[in-house]
Amino acid sequence: MEIYSYSFLILLLPALSFVILALAGMKMSHKTAGLIGTTSLGLVTLLSYCTAFAYFTADRTAEGAFATIVPYNFTWLPLGNLHFDMGILLDPISVMMLIVISTVSLMVHIYSFGYMHGEKGFQRYYAFLSLFTMSMLGLVVATNIFQMYTFWELVGVSSYLLIGFYYPLKPAIAASKKAFIVTRFADMFFLIGILLFGFYAGTFSFDFTVSGDVRAMAGAAFILPTALVLMFIGGAGKSAMFPLHIWLPDAMEGPTPVSALIHAATMVVAGVFQIARMFPLWINYAPEALSIVVWVGVFTAFYAAAVACAQSDIKRVLAFSTISQIAFMMVALGVCLPGHESVIDAHGSLGYMASMFHLFTHAMFKACLFLGAGCIIHAVHSNEMALMGGLRKYMPITHITFLISCLAIAGIPFFSGFSSKDEIISACFQYSPVVGWIMTGIAAMTAFYMFRLYYGIFWGTENKEAHEHHTPHEAPLTMTIPLIVLSVITVGVGVYSTLAGFLGWGGSFGSFVTANGQDYTIHFDTQIAVTSTIIALISIAVATYIYKGEQQPVADRLYKTFPKLHRAAYKRFYQDEIWQYVTHRIIFRCVSTPIAWFDRHVVDGTFNFMAWGANEAGESLRPWQSGDVRQYAVWFLTGAVALTLVLLAL
Amino acid sequence: MIPVEYYFVLSALLFFIGVFGFVTRRNLIAMLISVELVLNAVDINFAAVNRLLYPQGMEGMFMTLFVIGVAAAESAVAIAIIINVYRNFKSDSVDSIKNMKW
Repeated sequence: MEIYSYSFLILLLPALSFVILALAGMKMSHKTAGLIGTTSLGLVTLLSYCTAFAYFTADRTAEGAFATIVPYNFTWLPLGNLHFDMGILLDPISVMMLIVISTVSLMVHIYSFGYMHGEKGFQRYYAFLSLFTMSMLGLVVATNIFQMYTFWELVGVSSYLLIGFYYPLKPAIAASKKAFIVTRFADMFFLIGILLFGFYAGTFSFDFTVSGDVRAMAGAAFILPTALVLMFIGGAGKSAMFPLHIWLPDAMEGPTPVSALIHAATMVVAGVFQIARMFPLWINYAPEALSIVVWVGVFTAFYAAAVACAQSDIKRVLAFSTISQIAFMMVALGVCLPGHESVIDAHGSLGYMASMFHLFTHAMFKACLFLGAGCIIHAVHSNEMALMGGLRKYMPITHITFLISCLAIAGIPFFSGFSSKDEIISACFQYSPVVGWIMTGIAAMTAFYMFRLYYGIFWGTENKEAHEHHTPHEAPLTMTIPLIVLSVITVGVGVYSTLAGFLGWGGSFGSFVTANGQDYTIHFDTQIAVTSTIIALISIAVATYIYKGEQQPVADRLYKTFPKLHRAAYKRFYQDEIWQYVTHRIIFRCVSTPIAWFDRHVVDGTFNFMAWGANEAGESLRPWQSGDVRQYAVWFLTGAVALTLVLLAL
Repeated sequence: MIPVEYYFVLSALLFFIGVFGFVTRRNLIAMLISVELVLNAVDINFAAVNRLLYPQGMEGMFMTLFVIGVAAAESAVAIAIIINVYRNFKSDSVDSIKNMKW
């Protein structure tokens, strides 16, 4: 399609700005470097919006779905029958992701002007941001799993680089290594899944309709589910599902805008996106395996919400809330029910739409929360909630935008999170009432811990001593504008989708992205909507009761009543310790140490022996070339005598 | 007339004294002298054998003269080398030039 011929620029521009900033960035002033990065990202955003506009206003196909368009696709690496392609694929979810990534990334670029002001390595920071944006965009427009995997690893690298941005600090280094190793470990399964899939299906392409081999392969009953579950493990690593979530809270060591971009809005939802991408296969050939996704998601959502209730570092609270919310998306994908005759049913696959919708809304309000947290950290110079409190007077814009985002994540009507979360819970109730009630409960916990955070920061006891020493102030304009933009999106989407959902208007999210591509009008189930709203309001009321006041007798009493529970939740239920134990005590000691011994003594020994043998042979030949003339003479004489004797004997 | 065996015995003695000296001495000059002894042993052999086998011919004698000439030239070259070695290594010992092999 010629009209999308500019789409390659969406990948090229950030790649170019990365190259320029990486090679020449250190010679530029901070301002120039930042402007180069932001300008290229601005253009990318513009192009993404143009693409989205052109795509969603184009005519639908005969089946009522948006056409899948592949403007570019070329073979990158042919390998016999299989070939690795690189290209651009536009379909509803990839176009939706283009909007999410470019919007949040642009906001983060602008925000970083203020947040990273005067920071050493400012240019490097912008170079890495460009690299990340390029990789993430490449991931979502991938035409095949292999391209997806390539860019998947690239986002992993950029995430590693950005988490370790403050490389003189030890925790940052440790966190970046942890993030890289944990996600790499999960990606190993992803790769195995890809290879398994590629081997049996004979293709890596996402175009599942033409690859008849996929159907043939489905005959071998367990292959396809196995491949998909292996890929899901990779996705679980990136999306921080339990028990591979351990890297995400530590990743908060990176600069806060990076947390907003990578560890809240875009990269961590790659796992959700991956399942959504492979969704036709999941739903048609492995619907039973989806229950794994559901239960992993449910447990993660609950676990992360429970931990978030006890954290004191504001970024950690947000990190656990991110884990919990991504788990919501996972659950929503998992609870989809297969239609009959391998036709994806829009009603049964409501969860797919809900998941993507939640991905979209969550990206916006969570980015806003993180950027808001960045403003607060900027003002207070600490992540600890104990040093905050009463900040609402000092930072009105941050306060309002933070409140809006908190209301959105809590699921209050007329804020974007309400509509998407409500659809998720409806989908869960369709699947099983148990899952539905559990998710409703977790949504209540979400509202509770978010408002605990909100009151802890903006209300509660003011740390007068610290504030006298250094009065907190509102962040500069470069930092508040992104907050305002993101909260306007949150409210705008929220108001429209809430009204549309109750009144049955079209044009809401379901008109753009659904499992089968057909227009789906979101209709709230009044019972569920009202129940979840009431529960959210109750949770907020409880949080208000406990945490709003200057004194917090209830909270103190709770700590005293359940000190062990609080301590366990604060320590994240000792998950890191368990991993530490498993890796160090069991894997290192029982597996790695013998392997290392074998490597050092047997493998190395063989080669060392060969080297030693050659060395010894050389050493024993060396004296013959002594340069000692008299010795040569002796040899010469001996030889001559010997020859003479031989000749005489003959 | 002196029996020819005496010449051979003398020649053999000189030859082995020369070889012995060449092998055992460390001093370069002494080694050079030893080489001269070996050459002299050969000269005596040439002269004696010439006389014994071809009394009318003079080829052996010429060869002797030729060897003496070559030996003189060789000595000149050897002395030049030894002097250079001495200048470089501050020693006339044969061991001092061992490290020329690397």
